[in-house]
Formats: sequence, C-alpha cells, structure tokens
Amino acid sequence: MVPTTYYIALSAVLFGLGVLAFIFKRNIITIFMSIELMLNAVNLAFVAFSQASGNLDGQVFVLFVIIVAAAEAAVGLGIVILIARNRQTLNVERVDLLKL
Amino acid sequence: MLDYLWIIPLLPLLGSAINGLLGAKWPNKFVNAVALGATGLSFACALEAVREFFASGQAFVHKEYFDWIVVPDVVHGGSLFRAGFDLQMDQLTVIMLMVVTGVGFLIHIYSTGYMAHEGGYYRFFSYLNLFMFFMLILILAANYVLLFVGWEGVGLASYLLIGFYFLRKSAADAGKKAFIVNRIGDFGFMLGMFLLFRTFHTLDFATLFNAQHAAGWPPDAMGHLGTFTIACLLLFMGACGKSAQLPLYVWLPDAMEGPTPVSALIHAATMVTAGVYVVARSHILFTHAPIAMVVVAIVGCATAFFAATIGLVQTDIKKVLAYSTVSQLGYMFLGCGVGAFSAGIFHLMTHAFFKALLFLAAGSVIHAMGGEQDMLKMGGLSEKIKWTYATMLTATLAIAGIPPLAGFFSKDSILLSAFNSEHGGRILYGLGLFTALLTSFYMFRLIFLTFFGEERYDEHHVHVHESPWSMLGPLVILALLSIVGGWLAAPALWGGTDYFTSFLGPVFGAGEVPPGFDEAAAQQLEWILAGVAVASALIGLAVAYWLYVKQPEKPASIAKSAGPVYTTLWNKYYVDELYAAVIVAPLMWVSRNILWKVVDVDIVDGAVNGIAHGASEVGDASRHTQSGNTRSYAVWVVIGAIVIIAVVFWPYLKPVSIGMVP
Repeated sequence: MVPTTYYIALSAVLFGLGVLAFIFKRNIITIFMSIELMLNAVNLAFVAFSQASGNLDGQVFVLFVIIVAAAEAAVGLGIVILIARNRQTLNVERVDLLKL
Repeated sequence: MLDYLWIIPLLPLLGSAINGLLGAKWPNKFVNAVALGATGLSFACALEAVREFFASGQAFVHKEYFDWIVVPDVVHGGSLFRAGFDLQMDQLTVIMLMVVTGVGFLIHIYSTGYMAHEGGYYRFFSYLNLFMFFMLILILAANYVLLFVGWEGVGLASYLLIGFYFLRKSAADAGKKAFIVNRIGDFGFMLGMFLLFRTFHTLDFATLFNAQHAAGWPPDAMGHLGTFTIACLLLFMGACGKSAQLPLYVWLPDAMEGPTPVSALIHAATMVTAGVYVVARSHILFTHAPIAMVVVAIVGCATAFFAATIGLVQTDIKKVLAYSTVSQLGYMFLGCGVGAFSAGIFHLMTHAFFKALLFLAAGSVIHAMGGEQDMLKMGGLSEKIKWTYATMLTATLAIAGIPPLAGFFSKDSILLSAFNSEHGGRILYGLGLFTALLTSFYMFRLIFLTFFGEERYDEHHVHVHESPWSMLGPLVILALLSIVGGWLAAPALWGGTDYFTSFLGPVFGAGEVPPGFDEAAAQQLEWILAGVAVASALIGLAVAYWLYVKQPEKPASIAKSAGPVYTTLWNKYYVDELYAAVIVAPLMWVSRNILWKVVDVDIVDGAVNGIAHGASEVGDASRHTQSGNTRSYAVWVVIGAIVIIAVVFWPYLKPVSIGMVP
C-alpha cells in the first residue's frame, strides 16, 4: 500500500504548483485552471486522510468541494467572459481599476 | 404664617420669574406691580410672621419642609446626614428679616424712580427680586447647606447686577472680579462646612449649636488649634469674601459699577452683611475658638482703619461710600470678634439704614447731576436739591456717630466692647476710635464737596433737578429710621436696659457679669468713652469743615506736601496692583505658557492631532500594498497562510533527526 505521506507530498506539490501558476500566470483562464489545481490538490489530501483514518468524512467533503468548484467555475467563467468583452483582453495585469 | 415661612422667600422668586420670563414686552407699570407686589407682600408676610413669633412667646421656631440631601443609615436605620429645606426663626432672624425685606422694599420703590429711563427695566427688577429670594433663604436657613445656597445665590444676583450695564467693559469686569474674589472666600466656607460635618456629622444649626450638645463635643475640637479654631477661621474666610474684609475686600469698590440702588441694597445694606450674619449665627463655635475670635477682631479693626484711610482721598461719590461700607463692615466684625455679637448685629442694622440712605441719596445726587459721580464737579447743591441734602446730612450725622442718631449708639457699643475685651482691647479701641474720626472726616468731606462751596459744574449742560417722590419717599423713611434706629440701646447710657441686646439675649446669651463688677464705674466708663467718641467725630467734622468750606484751596496743597502718602492713598495702597502682580500675573503666565502652550497645544491637541496624523501616515505607507493587481493580493494571501501555518505549527516542530546524523 502506498503510504499516506506520499499522497500528502503529491498534494503539497500540486498545491504549490497551483499557487505558483496563480501568481505568475497572466492569462485569466490559466489562473482559473490553477485554482482548480489547488482545489484538487486539497481533494487528494482529503481522500488520502480519509483512507488512512478509515473514515468517510473526508470523501464526503471532497464531493462538496467538487460541487462548489463547479459552481465557482460557472460564475468565474461568466466573469471571464464579461472581462473579455469589456476589455478585449484576458491579461489580468490590465484589470487593475481597484488600484489606488 | 409661622407654619408657612417658605412663602416669604418664595414671593420674590415668583416675582423674579414672572418679570424675567414675561416682562420683556411689558410697560414699566406692570413690571413695577409684579416686583413691588412680590417684595411688599413678602415684607407683609415677614411682619406677620414676626408678630406671630412674638405672640407665640417661643424663643426659636424650626420648620422642616422637605428633604433635600439625605444619607440613610442602612445599618441602624434613620439617617447619617440630612440637609433639608428647613427654615428657622429666632431673634437674630427677626432683625435680619426686617432689615432685608423692609430696606429691600424701600429700595425697590426707589428703583422704580431711579431706573425709569434705563433699558432692561424688567431685567433689573427680575434680578433684584432674585436677590431678595436668595437673601431671604440665607437668613431663614436652618442649616449651613441651605444657607450656602442663599450665600451663593446672592453672589450670583450680585454678579448679574454689578454687570447690569454689561456693554460697558468696566462693569462686566467688575462683575467677574466680584464673583471670582468671592469664590476664594467660598472655598474656605465650604472647607469649613466639610470640617464641621466631619467632626459633628450634622450641619443643622439647632443640633450643632445646642448647648447640651456642647458637652459632647470631641475633646480635640477645643484648644488653640483644634477643630473649632480651624472651622471658624475657614468660615470667617468665607465671611471675608462676602463682607469685603481684608484681604478680599477689593471687589466691593469695583462693584459700584452697578446701578446705585444695587449698591445700596446689595453692596451696603444686606448682602455684604451676610458675612457678619454668619459669624454671629455661628457665635457658639466662635466663642469656643478664642484664636479665631482674635483674628476676626483684628481683621475687622484693620479693615475698618485701612478702608477709611482710602476713603479719605477718593473723589467718586460712590467710591467714598464703598470704602466707607468696607470700613463699617470692619466695625461689625470688630464687634463680633470681641464677643459683642449683639453690638455687631446692632451696627449691621443701623448701618443698613444709614448706608442704604447714603447710597440712595448719592443716587439722587447723581440723578440730579445727570450721571456725574465726581464730587470735584459738584458743589453748592444744598439749595437746589433740599430733600436729598437733608436726608443725606441725616445719614452722614448718623454714620459719623453724632448723638442721638443711630450710628452713635451702635458704634459706641462696639467701641465699648472692644475697650473691655481681654485680647489687646485698648489697641483695637484706639484704632477703632481713630477710624471713627476718619469716618466723620471723609463723610463730611463728601457732604461739603457735594452740597457746599461754589458750583463746579457747567450750568449750561447740567440741569440740576430734585428727584421724583418715588425716590425721595424711601429717603425720608430711611432718614427717620437712621435717627430712631439706635434708640433701642439708648437707655443703657443712663443705667437702663439695652433693649437691643436684651432682645437678642435668647440667641447670644445674656452677658455674664464678671465678679467684682462695679456698676457705677462701668457707667462712668461708658459715658467717658461715648464722650470721647463724640469728640472725635466732631473733630473730624471740624477738620472737614475747615478744609473744604473755609479754605477750599487747602486740600490740594496738603495733598501736594503729603506727596507719597497721598499718592499711596489715592492709589488705594496699590493693593489691586499688588494682587495683579503677585496673583494674577503668575496665574496668567502659568495659564498662557504652561496650560495653554504646553498642556493644551502640545499634550491635549498634540494627542488628538498625533493620533490622526499617525493614522494618516500608516495609511499612506500601507496604501502601496493596494496595487489593484489580483495576483499581488494572491501573494499576500499566500504569505498570510504561510505565516499562520508557521505560527500554529511552530510549537509542534521538533528537531528532525536526519538519518545520517548519529
């Protein structure tokens, strides 16, 4: 059996990649994908702990996360489309009207 | 009426409220009706109360109307302290009540004539009635707390009336000065009350002064610097402020900025005697504190002399009378200080008559002269304003101590008591006698400058005219009182009863006859002292006559040859300047350079401004974190997450042993 540590390590790596992609990528779609990556890294950790502890709570939680991620993707893609329409760009650096 | 003593002070309060709230648009007639009605009814009620008091034959009437401050004793029940709206009446109250309501009513009548052409007519009478209310509370109060209410209230009324012409800066300043100087005295008065409360747990006169209670007084209260001495000195400090004694007399001469009826009522006849009244009211405490008594006598005597010397050279007719008032108040304290409380109160009463008369007559002169107060610009008025002249001359004879007018008897009994007192009585007597001479001199100087000699005013500009009868009537009544007011004490001169002293006997206790008292010798002494007093008054009169009628050019040359003495007197011993330099200037300096520029600007404002400035600085620094760039926010989130995780897990971290290390 694969030790839990390995799953957690993989999850951490995936999460770290997601964070890095979120920070350094400019394309808004890519940023979205990096968010999905982070969510799924967390899902992986949940499942791994669930399996290690023999408790199904973690897996139930994963289902919730997937549902929320789907809803978030729907709302987020709507925003992305609006930004693309209004700005003719998908570069987040051009979307900084909140700047003081 | 005795059951309804509260009506006496309440009537003027109603008058004040009605006039003050509604009188602004009323014609003078209505205002007069309300103000005079209130005071007149109050006088009538007072008369009725006094009649019933005598008819009932009681020595002391005490009425509790409602509780004001009560500290309940939760352990034993009852109350630890009670200060109620309690009024009382005894012989001393009777005297004060008659003086305040009677003279007050006369002065109200006079004011209707004097103030007829002044603006703020309703305001004047509203204040005047307010004063009557507080003064009546003061003299009817049955405990120190209620007395203090009246005490502060008359101070307020005095402030309002001194500053009546508030558009004139000098008047507004004089009002403030009176108020502030009185605060110093009131500070002492309050401390005195606190001390009495701490020692005896009551401030009710009846319990505090009860003779049986006296035996139970704490042993440390007696003695030379015991509670009594300190409490009495503190109370006397308050009296010094209110009654314009050294060193707090400075406000009274300035208070002459107020309208003349105010000077007569408040600053001569009634309010300024409140200090004497308090000392007399607290006489049981004072008789247990010999040191305090000596202090009272010395301060009184010194003030009498000091103020009289200043009065010698003043040329403003009201200023002369103001210093004269200070001086006469000194006499009253001298009387109280040597233990002759009834003599002090006697002088208080006669002084109320003749000094009110002097002020009112002076007001009549000022009225006749169209507002001129400088005696050097008067002269020769005796023919033109005969009634004023006659009444003022009566008052002057009375204050100078010429028999058989009122002032002679009261001043004589004070001087006699001073002569007989144990503590340096001869010195006090000598100074008092010399002051009597000075009094006679400056009062006749006033008469001669005003009514005799050549006319020193411009006849084309000043239309001298006699005052209306609303003003002259009170003058005549007060003149009669100034003549007969002293006769109560007259029989004492030929061995009879001093009716005034025996009347006040129940309050002050009958004077003990010392062992080996020689009736005949005392009688002889009394005649000798009376003769000396009259002689000194006549000397003063003669000198004034010689200087101001016979040789009118002489005073100027004397003033010149006296040089520094004259300038010192003319500048009132530079006391105002001294106070300005010693007290006011340092206070101003501290206020300006420390309280204002350091405490207020640097610390108070500095703290407030500093907080705002700091917030602004922090905001300015941290606004750069708000780039508007989503990804930079993400970086902050990540950093935050790392920090939280680090903080949470830090305690659980253990040194990881890597396999290769043994």
